Amino acid sequence: MKILVCITHVPDTTSRIAFTDDNTKFDKTGVQYIIGPYDDYALARAVELKEQHGGSITVLNVGEAETEPTIRKALAIGADDAIRVNAEPTDSYFVATQIAHYAKEGSYDLIMMGRESIDFNSGVVHSMVGEILGIPAVSPVMVLDIEGTKAKMQREIEGGKESIELDLPFVAGCQEPIAEWKIPNMRGIMSARTKPLNVVDPVDAAGNTELDKYQMPAPKGEVKMIDADNVGELVKLLKNEAKVL
Amino acid sequence: MSVLVFVESADGEIKKSSLEAVCYGKAMADGDVTAIVFGEVANDQLEAIGKYGASKVLHVNDDKLKLGISQAYASTIAQAMEKEGANTLVLAKSSLGDPVAAIVSVKLNAGLASNVVELPDTSNGFVVKRSIYTGKAFANVKLTSDKKVIAIKKNAVEVTESGDSATVEVFSPSLEDKDFAVKITNQDKATGEVLLPEADIVVSGGRGLKGPENWGMIEDLAKTLGAATGCSKPVSDMDWRPHHEHVGQTGVKVSPSLYVAVGISGAIQHLAGVNSSKTIVVINKDPEAPFFKAADYGIVGDAFEVVPKLNDAIKASN
Repeated sequence: MKILVCITHVPDTTSRIAFTDDNTKFDKTGVQYIIGPYDDYALARAVELKEQHGGSITVLNVGEAETEPTIRKALAIGADDAIRVNAEPTDSYFVATQIAHYAKEGSYDLIMMGRESIDFNSGVVHSMVGEILGIPAVSPVMVLDIEGTKAKMQREIEGGKESIELDLPFVAGCQEPIAEWKIPNMRGIMSARTKPLNVVDPVDAAGNTELDKYQMPAPKGEVKMIDADNVGELVKLLKNEAKVL
Repeated sequence: MSVLVFVESADGEIKKSSLEAVCYGKAMADGDVTAIVFGEVANDQLEAIGKYGASKVLHVNDDKLKLGISQAYASTIAQAMEKEGANTLVLAKSSLGDPVAAIVSVKLNAGLASNVVELPDTSNGFVVKRSIYTGKAFANVKLTSDKKVIAIKKNAVEVTESGDSATVEVFSPSLEDKDFAVKITNQDKATGEVLLPEADIVVSGGRGLKGPENWGMIEDLAKTLGAATGCSKPVSDMDWRPHHEHVGQTGVKVSPSLYVAVGISGAIQHLAGVNSSKTIVVINKDPEAPFFKAADYGIVGDAFEVVPKLNDAIKASN
């Protein structure tokens, strides 16, 4: 089975978010970058599926040269080779177009990625890739098992879960608890250095969105502390001040 | 511009998040607003969508479309937009709304913006404000295409009644086999509960509650408030509560009017799931819990004493 795992290169979940250049650029100063947490789940499950069924894992990232350490980490976790589409990921459709193009070239049986990136949170790339390729996409997937050419899945829905059956190939947007995150071991880290990382050019994609400006939320007021013996005061404040009751 | 709104229902009831989408559509449109509803929903409920601003409701009631298959729904919606001459699709973010938005945007070559938190600014083009970095910042994004898809975050607009009864029309799409490639074999949904992403008030519990057997007081407080229950990641990891209640960076992101956190320390990953809440109340016995810094109101105290007292006080005030 040939699996393509698409990963994002995103600021660590604890990063301080700030912008520069008159609020038009993300401030990368001091920011640690990681594999998107949801993409990490997808990769972990891909490694397990390869162990069960054999095959190969290719990891793909749309990004400039700075993302290569993140890609190498994915190789250390268990991907066999990597593709970096050499472009700044400008919007969901741009990224989906790149993934669809190189997925088609490699004719993969299964395309996996996270349910959403943790920087732009749209959660639409997997479904766009599916639509561009004319194959189904399912997200957010919590259970993914393959039997022959069929997949059995569970997807989270509001207030519960949905069981799904589907033929390969398809696109899966993944989330916990699909697999446990895998920490690369020393052998993985050593071998990742020499695994192929192919840099390819982006293909054209219609741009229907443009960034105007970034904005930070309004600063938060001080917390009002209420005595534990006086919960009635809290109820009053919620009614009359916050007006939420 | 003329707007189509994808309206979702649950157990025959129109979802509140979808009524927000109808109000959003009405406020931004300078033409007609049409709603599209799938599945078994009573006619008076469909007509009542008119009160929120839709002049027409397209009702899709094919047996094959009862369960939300995103590909089939998206094909239906793209056809409905063409029939109605609508150039903008508005919907509420959800496990069905997200894929539908994505697929329709590819089908129509429409610019897409998700997690939109305000009405568009049309003073210089068409700019929408969207939440990014899991609620830690916003991006103002210009949609440059004629066709647009807008997925709104909860509480982007207030639900207001402005119109009259809508006319209901049955809509039958022509769909292909490939729209039904995904087979939904089972849906396992909690019934009778307030759905977490829909809830105006959320009461969440963390490790401070010491065990799943102590959730009764969280549920009681939620019941008094008409709230949904949530939990922190460790709680769902330990299977004290189901995963669909996990609020946080890798779980459900909520934006209720009131979020009550009990026995949750407030790790940054949890805060990422709640930072769009209007008002946050934190109850924790540790005065140093980082959650207090993100709260509007805080009580330092033992949850096992404070929560039942709070429940009684709210009941007494109603």
